[in-house]
Amino acid sequence: MLGAIRFLYMFKSVWAVVAALIVGSFLIKLAGSDPIEAYVALFKGAFTEYYGVGSTLVKMSPLVLAGLAVTVPLRAGQFNIGVEGQIYMGALFATLAALYLPAMPGWLHILAASLSGMIGGAFWALIPAILKAYYRVNEIIVTLLMNYVAINIVSYAVSGPMMAPDAPYPYSHEIPEALFLPHVLPRTDAHLGVVIGIVLAIVIFAVFRYGTFGFTLSTVGKNARAAEYAGVSVRRTIVLAFVVAGAMGGLAGTYEVLGLKYRLFHHFSPGYGYDGIVITFLAGANPLFVVIAATFLAGLRSGAGIMQRAVGVDATVIEAIQGLVVIFVAMGLAFRFDRTYWAKFLHTRRAADRGLAPGSGGDKPP
Amino acid sequence: MIEIFLDPQLLTDFLRTSLRLAVPITFAAVGGVLSERSGVYNIGLEGMMLAGAFGAAVGAFFFGTPFAGVVTGAMCGMLAALILAVLGVSLGVNQIVTGIAINLLVLGLTSFLSRVVFGAQANTLDLEGFRPLAIPVLVSIPVIGPVFFGQDALVYAMYGLVPMMYYIMFKTPWGLNIRAVGENPRAADTAGVPVNLVRYACVLGSGVFAGLGGCFLVLSQVFLFSENMSAGKGFIALAAVILGRWNPIGALLACLLFGFFDSLQLRLQFLNPDVPHEIFVALPYMVSILALVGLVGRPTPPAAAGIPYRREAK
Repeated sequence: MLGAIRFLYMFKSVWAVVAALIVGSFLIKLAGSDPIEAYVALFKGAFTEYYGVGSTLVKMSPLVLAGLAVTVPLRAGQFNIGVEGQIYMGALFATLAALYLPAMPGWLHILAASLSGMIGGAFWALIPAILKAYYRVNEIIVTLLMNYVAINIVSYAVSGPMMAPDAPYPYSHEIPEALFLPHVLPRTDAHLGVVIGIVLAIVIFAVFRYGTFGFTLSTVGKNARAAEYAGVSVRRTIVLAFVVAGAMGGLAGTYEVLGLKYRLFHHFSPGYGYDGIVITFLAGANPLFVVIAATFLAGLRSGAGIMQRAVGVDATVIEAIQGLVVIFVAMGLAFRFDRTYWAKFLHTRRAADRGLAPGSGGDKPP
Repeated sequence: MIEIFLDPQLLTDFLRTSLRLAVPITFAAVGGVLSERSGVYNIGLEGMMLAGAFGAAVGAFFFGTPFAGVVTGAMCGMLAALILAVLGVSLGVNQIVTGIAINLLVLGLTSFLSRVVFGAQANTLDLEGFRPLAIPVLVSIPVIGPVFFGQDALVYAMYGLVPMMYYIMFKTPWGLNIRAVGENPRAADTAGVPVNLVRYACVLGSGVFAGLGGCFLVLSQVFLFSENMSAGKGFIALAAVILGRWNPIGALLACLLFGFFDSLQLRLQFLNPDVPHEIFVALPYMVSILALVGLVGRPTPPAAAGIPYRREAK
């Protein structure tokens, strides 16, 4: 009995998704369409058709990186809600490097732009990290507020100094063609960014599993005081976690520019940074599961358009379903073993069962 | 620039705008104070505000009166808060996680539902909102009069709310219970205070207030609902809770400060059309961050904030 529940609990994210899709089907019904038809169109489009898969992979690139950017600091007990801002700053720095660095071989330039994007994102994450680590300013509020600042900085840059002269809409000059990321699926927009994202997820998983940094992070997250006694600098760990996270967010923005848009746009991210939060929750802060959760969310996002065209349900229903996923995942957290009434109930029951078993001594007076 | 402060007419307009920009965040911040004083972190203010704004638009749209909008808006804010109460108080889920979840859920849900309810017209809708209601005599005081007494019903409601919350929180047994629950739930429980009941009431109340902030956005400022229209105001309100030291009057003062800078940035935009307005738009956010950093002394949040209470837990 307990084993079965434990087994089901392992898949709690799957249950959360199922529950969200079920509640979401009421929303689709509310909008006057058939939910089953809508979901079939969505998942078929996103995961089985060639171009659909291509567009899923395009969306996966920023989502995997954004998920990692939330996951890494979360290990140390820090909430990085500022990924959206880090994406914007990364894209800004990368575009600057792409447009204004002196001529160099294409691959080197891509590398330089990526590095620059990582620095941009890391810089944006460093500010709340230092404020948190050294001045104990709540990192959640600061990262949230900084998102709005970053979005406005990019809007300013692309509507002012970096604006292409004949642009009808605020965007920058196009980056040189030598910097376009290679595509991984021919004839689609799917670019190398998704591969880099997955590789980084594996690297971070390995570091969490086998590296000292990963161990340090979770020690700080689980018990900062114990970490301090063990000689770990909690402050430095927090700052480092944010810098790594910011670099991931920065890369997400970088590859949106180098791989997809080839320019820096005003408001180019439809909230990938916030999706990163959803992904991290869904993945239980495990970098490998981040890839799976990002695939799922990218599929929802790319399938939403297909569903809208096929069945006529507004694509924003997917945003609502994403929100529902988070709520159900959060609810799942309540049923953690050993902590809740539910767990206590199971424990007492199991103890009672053991006491009743013959030969255990339970049936004899002490 | 300086003439704003010299010309009485300009000064009146400027202060009036400052106040109006401060009102929605003040509602949310007072809600935040209430909830955090009872020991429940409320990162979900942003979502509750957005839910309130959506509810206000729906109510005003279907009943054609802003008062119905206020009622539905407050109820929607409360519904969003109910999630925090159930998950964060009863089920003991991390309150920050729950708050973030609320923000994400409400953002998605309202974007979708607004298209279902209003269709494509959501952004062109012209809802029946509140009109300014001058208070006779008082309104004729120069400068101060039109600023404070030429406002609409929701602003007057805020005037009432802040001192009322201050009084309740610091001068009544209810307030004592709330603060006790937020500081030391075990002691409060021992003394016979129903800890989780108090928390439920406070969280739901904070949802109502944040919802009213959202109502103000729709019914007094823009007269339509648009996607993500709370746009970070809930987070500024959270900063105001900290700046105001978990005190309704302090929160009001912090919000007036943000309103002042927000209004200032609007003026600066207007006066410097050649400077891109984005720089000014970011100003209130930067002021919030700087204010959080530059606080004199260390703010001490209620001791039990963020920790779910379980009777049998150690």
